[in-house]
Amino acid sequence: MPRVVFVQPDGVRREVAAPVGITLMEVARQHGIGGVVAQCGGACACAACHVYVEPDWPERLEPPEDMELGMLETAWEPRANSRLSCQIHLTQDLDGLTVTVPGKQGN
Amino acid sequence: MISTVLIIGGGQAGAQAIDTLRREGFEGRIVLVSEERELPYQRPPLSKKFLAGELAADRLPFRHQSFYDEHRIELKLGVRATRLEPAARRVALSNGEEVVYDRLLLCLGAISRQLTCPGSELPGVHYLRGISDVPGIREGLKPGARTVIIGGGYIGLETAATARKMGCAVTVLEMADRVMNRVVASNVSEYFAREHRTQGIKLICNTRVVRLDGAARVERVVCADGSIHEADTLVVGVGAVANMGLAAEAGLGCENGIVVDEYCRTTDSAIYAAGDCTYHPSLRYDMRVRLESVDNAFEQAKAAAQNLLGRPTVHDRVPWFWSDQFDNKLLIVGLSQGHDQQVTRGDPATRSFTVCYLKGGELLAVEAVNHPKDYMAARKLIAERARPDPDKLADPSIAMKDSV
Repeated sequence: MPRVVFVQPDGVRREVAAPVGITLMEVARQHGIGGVVAQCGGACACAACHVYVEPDWPERLEPPEDMELGMLETAWEPRANSRLSCQIHLTQDLDGLTVTVPGKQGN
Repeated sequence: MISTVLIIGGGQAGAQAIDTLRREGFEGRIVLVSEERELPYQRPPLSKKFLAGELAADRLPFRHQSFYDEHRIELKLGVRATRLEPAARRVALSNGEEVVYDRLLLCLGAISRQLTCPGSELPGVHYLRGISDVPGIREGLKPGARTVIIGGGYIGLETAATARKMGCAVTVLEMADRVMNRVVASNVSEYFAREHRTQGIKLICNTRVVRLDGAARVERVVCADGSIHEADTLVVGVGAVANMGLAAEAGLGCENGIVVDEYCRTTDSAIYAAGDCTYHPSLRYDMRVRLESVDNAFEQAKAAAQNLLGRPTVHDRVPWFWSDQFDNKLLIVGLSQGHDQQVTRGDPATRSFTVCYLKGGELLAVEAVNHPKDYMAARKLIAERARPDPDKLADPSIAMKDSV
């Protein structure tokens, strides 16, 4: 099972096992990762599961669709490496994926 | 000293309250009573991917059992609260137990409005509210099955779209002159009606169901104009009402829902309420509202948890909603009641457009069809009580965030 790492804005890291076939947001929610709010549960409607993907990882993920890009554009402090974690589907290849949680969700 | 918090209701609000209570450092006893047998789970997928069989049941719960164990939550699942005695701070449960609380949080949700016409009691009349409603509906959604949906609101249309994608011959019967008439602008209604018809759904508005017929189970729907719609499968989605019987019988103030103030307090100082069951003040919109909204359930439960721990937190959100129908995403933010101006951005023919509502120049609400940028920009503008230029709003070449 791949392992993924969530880093809080203050630098605290938490590594958890991530079953293949679910999304990164679901992993965060199941483990109660702070700062990944995800009210809509993966419908791409709340922009509250925003994360920053660590260097080297963005190009290894499936690229975002227009709906996700549109949600992120006015999210809180979007960056080039911003993603909605509900749109990242876990595969074995993503073992070691590391993301940082922003200081705030929504906008 | 608060040692026991009792939460009744295991939906979005109840689940969120647990999370907030522990994050806020509450170390005492937390008891969650839920009528449903499942761990608290997400309801929105029930009419969409879960109904279609595309989302496994184990992906519905917010948290796994280990979360509740780790946080020492006493789960009483499949148990109903039968009586609330505010004076004794005591709740009787259907399993014979009684729980004495210091603070009680009611997250009772809403219940489906029931049909009352003759034949409504026939077997085979399905409502979609909880996970246990799904297997009976899904079983009937076989390719070619004549599927009648009564009600063209969110639930009705989402279910219709799912049934159609599963190959059913779908008819939607709506009493009003347009679909989603209480919640969206007429051009948004028209857009969705066209989408459903293009997909092969028979959508009939201005039609009132007067009777359900059948021998051992419901077989057909009879309308006021005499039309008859054969139904292998029947789903009713005619709205919901607050689930407030427990509160009302206990003497708590109830109107359109359980009356709470902006601190989520009911008329009893030890009892709070959150989510779809509440009738609460919106300071932003200067009116009382009852909302069927995931965001409201989530945020109101957070505020209620903080308040019941004695940390005053005002609940005053700009609510938002969404609906998925076929490949369309409808995103709504704000409440449009009382608007004096309506502006449409973009052309529905492009399958992406936005309706903006203003009052005295202030942006009140936005309905965005397949337009996440407008929706996200509007969330910010509405929260800031922005006064956009209507001419700029009407021009889709100008970004909504730049319309102020």
